Amino acid sequence: MRITLRVWRQKNADAKGKMEKYKLDDVEEDMSFLEMLDVLNEKLVLADEDPISFDHDCREGICGSCAMVINGTPHGPQKNTTTCQLHMRHFKDGDTIDVEPWRARAFPVIKDLVTDRSAFDQIIQAGGYVSVNTGSAPEAHATPVDKVSADDAFDAATCIGCGACVAACPNGSSMLFTSAKVTHLGLLPQGQPERQTRAISMLAKQDELDFGGCTNVGACAEVCPKGIPLASISRLNHDVLGATLTGARAD
Amino acid sequence: MSELQQEPTSVQGEGRWLLGDPIADDRAPDSPVGDRWSDRKFSARLVNPANRRKMTAIIVGTGLAGGAAAATLGEAGYHVKSFCFQDSPRRAHSIAAQGGINAAKNYRNDGDSIHRLFYDTVKGGDFRSRESNVHRLAEVSLNIIDQCVAQGVPFAREYSGLLDTRSFGGTQVSRTFYARGQTGQQLLIGAYSALERQIAAGTVEMHPRTEMLDLIVADGRARGIVTRSILTGRIETHLADVVVLCTGGYGNVYYLSTNAKGSNVTAAWRAHKRGALFANPCYTQIHPTCIPVSGEYQSKLTLMSESLRNDGRVWVPKERGDSRPPNSIPEEERDYYLERQYPAFGNLVPRDIASRAAKNMCDAEQGVGPGGLGVYLDFKDAIGRLGRHAVEAKYGNLFEMYQRITGDDPYEVPMRIYPAIHYTMGGLWVDYDLRSTIPGLFVGGEANFSDHGANRLGASALMQGLADGYFVLPTTVPNYLADGPFDPIDESHPAVVEAVEATKGRIDKLLSANGNRTVDSFHRELGQLIWDQCGMARSKEGLEKALDRLPSLREEFWRDVKIVGTGDGFNQSLEKAGRVADFLELGELMCTDALHREESCGGHFRVEHQTEDGEAQRDDENFAYVAAWEYGADKPGGKPILHKEDLEFSYVHPSQRSYK
Ligand SMILES: Cc1cc2nc3c(=O)[nH]c(=O)nc-3n(C[C@H](O)[C@H](O)[C@H](O)COP(=O)(O)OP(=O)(O)OC[C@H]3O[C@@H](n4cnc5c(N)ncnc54)[C@H](O)[C@@H]3O)c2cc1C
Ligand code: SF4
Ligand code: FES
Repeated sequence: MRITLRVWRQKNADAKGKMEKYKLDDVEEDMSFLEMLDVLNEKLVLADEDPISFDHDCREGICGSCAMVINGTPHGPQKNTTTCQLHMRHFKDGDTIDVEPWRARAFPVIKDLVTDRSAFDQIIQAGGYVSVNTGSAPEAHATPVDKVSADDAFDAATCIGCGACVAACPNGSSMLFTSAKVTHLGLLPQGQPERQTRAISMLAKQDELDFGGCTNVGACAEVCPKGIPLASISRLNHDVLGATLTGARAD
Repeated sequence: MSELQQEPTSVQGEGRWLLGDPIADDRAPDSPVGDRWSDRKFSARLVNPANRRKMTAIIVGTGLAGGAAAATLGEAGYHVKSFCFQDSPRRAHSIAAQGGINAAKNYRNDGDSIHRLFYDTVKGGDFRSRESNVHRLAEVSLNIIDQCVAQGVPFAREYSGLLDTRSFGGTQVSRTFYARGQTGQQLLIGAYSALERQIAAGTVEMHPRTEMLDLIVADGRARGIVTRSILTGRIETHLADVVVLCTGGYGNVYYLSTNAKGSNVTAAWRAHKRGALFANPCYTQIHPTCIPVSGEYQSKLTLMSESLRNDGRVWVPKERGDSRPPNSIPEEERDYYLERQYPAFGNLVPRDIASRAAKNMCDAEQGVGPGGLGVYLDFKDAIGRLGRHAVEAKYGNLFEMYQRITGDDPYEVPMRIYPAIHYTMGGLWVDYDLRSTIPGLFVGGEANFSDHGANRLGASALMQGLADGYFVLPTTVPNYLADGPFDPIDESHPAVVEAVEATKGRIDKLLSANGNRTVDSFHRELGQLIWDQCGMARSKEGLEKALDRLPSLREEFWRDVKIVGTGDGFNQSLEKAGRVADFLELGELMCTDALHREESCGGHFRVEHQTEDGEAQRDDENFAYVAAWEYGADKPGGKPILHKEDLEFSYVHPSQRSYK
């Protein structure tokens, strides 16, 4: 296949970036999107040009490193698929593909397609855990968890922290990410004692960082590679409301 | 380790290595194996809570081992500095583990026990691991599950609300706990959230996107690390009272592996060059069920979890070169070779056996798919027996992943699979306390060599990572720190200055080569060479060939590598180049180790040493030892120096492994 790429190139955080055009004429269907970029990068290096920087690690859709806006959509055209798992068989000979970094105030560009997503870690620091020290755990079977709650908690826990939801949101909101964590822990008995404080602390942190507010657009769930549903956000709101009613406070 | 200072006694292997003094673990108590860990916990010294804050522990790596250790030492009140090269600790390679984690809970009442998990692991490791360590692992496995459940790890459950388990290769009990096909992710998120909680509490200082490039050994103790900021390129030093490496395995020496692209040996190799012994580097694990290579551009291989062998049946056409589509090959013309050759374990034989059997079938031209490098893994019977829905509930995400990568639907067409490198049992030598041979340097998780012998059983790496991280290191590291805090050192200490200069010099040298070949092209060539000669089957001839080629490949690399850009900013080619440079050296040690081990055991299969029916032939008389290598290139003789740790088996008697 012949493919024309238009890729966002930006030398560093302060530089002004622009789209650069590259032509590839030996793209194979079974290549992954990142393997196509590898091929391009090999050519760039041999031509003494700076290869395109992008985050990636597992290339199995699980670590959440890879992050590209492909033809305007975070992670590209295939549903429930991260950039690294997207394969070239979903494109046609002669296609032109635009490749850009996440665009969100809270995720500044570091170089080319690489952004700084450390704000997500800060949201987790605000309460995305169960406060249990090593060694203090009771026997695992002491608390049965009904299968439906366990399965639903698992579904929410599959969030890979990639940030596509933020990149897709016109407000740059991190509600889907935060709500996935609140849902995961809130559905399990282990997460109950801190359920309400967790919700308000994480929400407060996300507001304090550069994320925008949620106006129920729903673009986040559309692009989420793990299919985290919009309903998680209602759960988060519900927990926050509960916290307001009971007067729970984050400290 | 003063005894290592002596002159090596003899030259071995046609001058390829030297024989040094034996070493031994002196940390496991002498008590019966079942009492050793509790005895050790009791004898370990404690640090007064008020003093803990004054002691700094550097923990490199945020996978299961490092993440768990950093969080736990933080909880205990130590000042922890944690490092990873990814942009967030949550992305460590442990995240990719799929199938599950073992624990001897015996919830199924199917005859499991700590002793059976211990026994299975020693046997599965082909009698090349240390009994004390393995027994501790089996004991601690119970606490791991409790800890993870308390953190909110959403393990699979039954309708009763109790935890579900499944079977994994090499065992006949069902002791593998799992979270669909994403067990590693869920366990790591548990450790990561505990870590983030400590970061918020101020006990852990997190340094993401920071790569350790050297170890600082000052006055005989590990006292810090030299790092490079991946963002700014800045070379920095971090000083501490103790250094713990949990930096993962070295499977990427093969270029194509199931490891994440960034996984590397640099931290361990730098420590090796500073004096830590590297044990059993040739023990590498080839996983039988990976998606085969599709083309030249292939950048990594994807594992299909071993749990699939619970319900999938492995077969090839009986006829050589049969190119009919799988569904049109009638039942009687298929060879379900694992069920035929190993009736007792069938499709659930350990990984090394399953991998080699697949290779043998492909060597006999019965392989399928491009190049005949593949075998079928078929779910037709399982779907017939359990229904599509049940199969989907168990393996849905794996099936989706397979389809995404290959474009084929495994509900309709059997998967095509082929072995790929997956795990490395070798690693830095540690004693029972997980201390390396450098005082103050501890090693946990896949980066050490300790618990799996010559072959790791499925679902045991996650167990070991968390055992080391949550339970072992938090006991043994404080025991060491009880002697601290050590005399403060600063940036002007000659050892610090030297390590920084060496690091800068290496980076400058890489950047100034300005040659004609990309880093990846060297890495591919190295990987192919190691795969061919030190992969699924090894021979004297092949290993010698590799050993003759490696020095020149390394020389070409340093002369002809091409890296665009500078060192003072984000430069991914430079990062890769540093890692490949270390892999090139490690590859040579792997081949030397494989050449020296004139037997077959576990993942190490020497074609010269096999039984009549092609099974691995161990030589317990001569090789029941850990091969711990000292870096020798900078010493008289200029060759790696072999130190042997004899292995004793008092509880599990070595026998030829039989899964028939
Ligand atoms: C695809 C796949 C599936 C698997 N499935 C299973 C399974 O089902 N069950 C099982 O038991 N095992 C499984 N394993 C094996 C298991 O996942 C690993 O052995 C284990 O997770 C390793 O954990 P670790 O903590 O030792 O290291 P890792 O998780 O590899 O973490 C290494 C850490 O070290 C850091 N690091 C490395 N070098 C440096 C450096 N120089 N400077 C700074 N930081 C550095 C990295 O950033 C990372 O944080 C699987 C492995 C693979 C590849
Ligand atoms: S919610 Fe979905 S899109 Fe957002 S970070 Fe998690 S996985 Fe990515
Ligand atoms: S590289 Fe890990 S999710 Fe894409």
